[in-house]
Amino acid sequence: MSKPPQFGPVDDRPTFLERLFPWKQRVSKKPLYQLGVSRDLILDNIATELSRGPLQPAARAALAERVSHAPRHPRPALNGELAELFIQRITRRAATVQTLTDLSDVPAAVAQHLQTHCLPTHIAVSDPLAALFWPSPIQLHTGAARRNEAVAVSLARLGVAETGSVLLGAGPDTPTTHNFVPDDHIVVLHRQDIVPHLEDAWASLRNHGGMPRAVNLIAGPSRTGDIEQTIQLGAHGPRRLHVLLVG
Amino acid sequence: MTEAPRVGLFATCLMNVFRPNLGHATLHLLELAGCVVEVPTAQTCCGQPAYNSGDFDGTRVLAKQVIRQFERYDYVVGPSGSCMATIRKDYPRLFDDEPDWRRRAEALAAKAHELISFLLDVRGLKLDDVAFDGTATYHDSCSGLRELGVKQQPRELLAMVRGLQLKEMRDPEVCCGFGGTFCVKYPEISTRIVDDKLADIASTGADTVLGGDLGCLMNIAGRAAREGKALRVFHAAEVLAGMADGPGLGGEDAGKGKAG
Amino acid sequence: MRFETPRFKQAAVVALHDERLRTALARSRVGFIGHREAAVEALPEFEQLRDTAAQIKDHVLDHLDYYLQRYEQAVVAAGGKVHWAHSDEEAQRIIVDICRAADAKVITKGKSMVSEEIGLNDALIAAGYEVVETDLGEYIIQLAKEPPSHIVGPALHKTREQVTALFAEHHGRARKETVAELVTEAREMLRDKFFRADVGITGGNFLIAETGTSVIVTNEGNGDLTQTLPRVHIVTSGIERVLPSLDDLPVFLRLLARSATGQDTETYTTLSTGPRRAGDPDGPEEYHVVLVDNGRSQMLGSRFRKMLRCIRCGACMNHCPVYGSVGGHAYGWVYPGPMGAVLTPIYQGLKDSYDLPNACTLNGRCQSVCPVKIPLPEMLRELRHLQHVERMGPRLQRHALAVWRFVASQPWLYRIAEKLATTTLARLGGPKRRVHKLPFAEGWTQSRDLPAPAGSTFLSQVPRSKRA
Ligand code: SF4
Repeated sequence: MSKPPQFGPVDDRPTFLERLFPWKQRVSKKPLYQLGVSRDLILDNIATELSRGPLQPAARAALAERVSHAPRHPRPALNGELAELFIQRITRRAATVQTLTDLSDVPAAVAQHLQTHCLPTHIAVSDPLAALFWPSPIQLHTGAARRNEAVAVSLARLGVAETGSVLLGAGPDTPTTHNFVPDDHIVVLHRQDIVPHLEDAWASLRNHGGMPRAVNLIAGPSRTGDIEQTIQLGAHGPRRLHVLLVG
Repeated sequence: MTEAPRVGLFATCLMNVFRPNLGHATLHLLELAGCVVEVPTAQTCCGQPAYNSGDFDGTRVLAKQVIRQFERYDYVVGPSGSCMATIRKDYPRLFDDEPDWRRRAEALAAKAHELISFLLDVRGLKLDDVAFDGTATYHDSCSGLRELGVKQQPRELLAMVRGLQLKEMRDPEVCCGFGGTFCVKYPEISTRIVDDKLADIASTGADTVLGGDLGCLMNIAGRAAREGKALRVFHAAEVLAGMADGPGLGGEDAGKGKAG
Repeated sequence: MRFETPRFKQAAVVALHDERLRTALARSRVGFIGHREAAVEALPEFEQLRDTAAQIKDHVLDHLDYYLQRYEQAVVAAGGKVHWAHSDEEAQRIIVDICRAADAKVITKGKSMVSEEIGLNDALIAAGYEVVETDLGEYIIQLAKEPPSHIVGPALHKTREQVTALFAEHHGRARKETVAELVTEAREMLRDKFFRADVGITGGNFLIAETGTSVIVTNEGNGDLTQTLPRVHIVTSGIERVLPSLDDLPVFLRLLARSATGQDTETYTTLSTGPRRAGDPDGPEEYHVVLVDNGRSQMLGSRFRKMLRCIRCGACMNHCPVYGSVGGHAYGWVYPGPMGAVLTPIYQGLKDSYDLPNACTLNGRCQSVCPVKIPLPEMLRELRHLQHVERMGPRLQRHALAVWRFVASQPWLYRIAEKLATTTLARLGGPKRRVHKLPFAEGWTQSRDLPAPAGSTFLSQVPRSKRA
């Protein structure tokens, strides 16, 4: 049974801002919580505080333009070949990378990874990879990760050289849970899908169906430094991130 | 050759009372750098204590006084990053509502300089024939460093001093805990910060600390003396002027290893 | 969250005597400062990015109403829902209502400073929910029933031994000694919660108006499990966090990781846009965003507007000698360090927070590392000004200032005062020329000697020919 919420006593002392600007509308400590009231109040307050009324159509049009076409901001210079930079950066963050010549090499590479690390052969894969030829004893399932999922193999949409990260997008064929629930995450990335900067990744997303529900940029295995600033891998997400770079 | 610039020497409060030697060193260095120096004797304080206490009206009164006394010179120079930063950076900000004074404040700000950066950047001073026997470390006082960009100048000039060896701290840019009235308002915190500073100084193995602001140096020297630490403390200008032969800021026997 | 700032002075002295805290702070200071410096050095564009970030933020703040509406439209278009909370209390209320409608029992949370600011945990617990913090640091302090002491590393003040003891007490398992074992144990304990949770609450580091996207960055992956597994995902975020376009985001991501933890990037950067879509095998069925104002719109019109640029990276506190000495808890409210010293008085009142703007040496290092170039010292001085105008602070100090100010404005009087001070101090100094104890200046002499003057002032020694 949940109890009704108990809120602290209503505090009627004027806040500092109110004393500073006594002519301004009082921040009400009473719940306004009525659909729409707070929204309009906040938006009005903003316009008032900025010493202007609602924006004129011309100004709004300029801002709309700013939203759809942001100016080009500074980007870090990248010196070197994209795939090399990518490998250099993601491995620095404790991921491992294996290069393959062809997508059909993926199952063998996965099988080997399972063997090296003594992992179960029951694995989750994203749909597009399920069509490959997977040798026994590997058993696949697609769909969301299960609670005790040990290994998942995902297909990355992109790689980003600047940060050394893989970009995965949520979709019917590519469950997000694969990226976080298993202990071992294996990501397949096509070499030609590595882009220089984050901005290039957004451009690619815009050109290919817009924003997925979730975009996961992953730059290594899960880590934490929360105890004595000692870096420890495998905090909540995967303990190992293995990238199969194809092509 | 252009005419020698006329410089008004800004005699900071701490220097005036606690360290006249620094005043003489400043005078000497400015003349060595080819300046004609005058010391307006009606000067008092730049107003920073009031400014940092939030008393902006009080600061304006003092700022006007300084502007009146110094605006006739080609430059106003003082041996303190924090006083000179007040004149250079804060004065113009103070007169938003008084355009006339704002103009005068800006004009003064443009020709106000911290001594050591002035000697090198503006006057291109070269030193020979100055010696100091010891290993020193240099503490970057905050205002000079962050507001006026004083970092390399003292090091370059000190490198011209014979016999002086400079050893850097692990983090010379961290505050010493002085902070003007902060050190008396929050003495416990201030003491911890200066203790950390002293530990960093000790780890360099240097026997001398140099710096560009008396406030910081008095704080470091005062704490070292109380703790019985052997440490000589001088303003860098005293060394550059070859006038660092007397007792440092720590007092008569500081630097000889005896407890105070 | 309790408000303890009025006791800052006492709390600071207690903290200064805490040896464990001292060790923890020294360790984190070395790590944070060193890593940031190395990361910044490796990116020549860093300064340019800081300028750009400050500009983008200022532009957004100037048009905040527009961008919030655009953001709302985009969220709704993606199937999400936007709630507007004027005050902390309203935000609590909205979130409790969402949880109630979802018939929730267990709620997982990712790290969020807004949630601390609005006192969300207490409200949810009072409403009968089981609330679990999933960020390891947050989890540790939740077990310890303590507030965060740092906005990025909330449990920074805890030593490994303390965590060992906490886990042993709460988990009822064998004591774990190494960091690796402790992390593993937390992982196991929290796994179950992630899967049992009905609602997951995360913060939002950035909101994108163009696409209606909320962005979080973490290293642990806890935020992602929090927002992916439960049926309902709630994002809580301050209204100032919106950015116009996806293309503005990289500027901030580049700055944030380097400023916060000295990394090129955090491990996980996640962009969420709306709830689960048709055919999706996972993801939340409901996606809510609670936009929290709580005084921000009023700050917009004040001289503290620039504070709204803050991206909560923690660099200012990592480089603050006062924070480095007393730690985060002494500050007494949600936000510690320089940014907290500005925000706490604004939220909690100038008088009760008297010490925070004053307990600062104005050394300026915070401003020099702030990725969005907030002039923190200037704002602290501005707060002192407001305190001065309202005649707050110890009476003796105020009067001393007034007397000094009068004397300093009369050169002849100043000369007399100087002379008096010089001769008295010289006499007190004795042959060693050090003053040990000085009435009215115990703040100095309780821990430091005062160098004694030589006996006359510089101005009186200046040769006549050089006087003006
Ligand atoms: S004030 Fe600046 S440095 Fe401090 S947390 Fe905010 S963004 Fe970071």
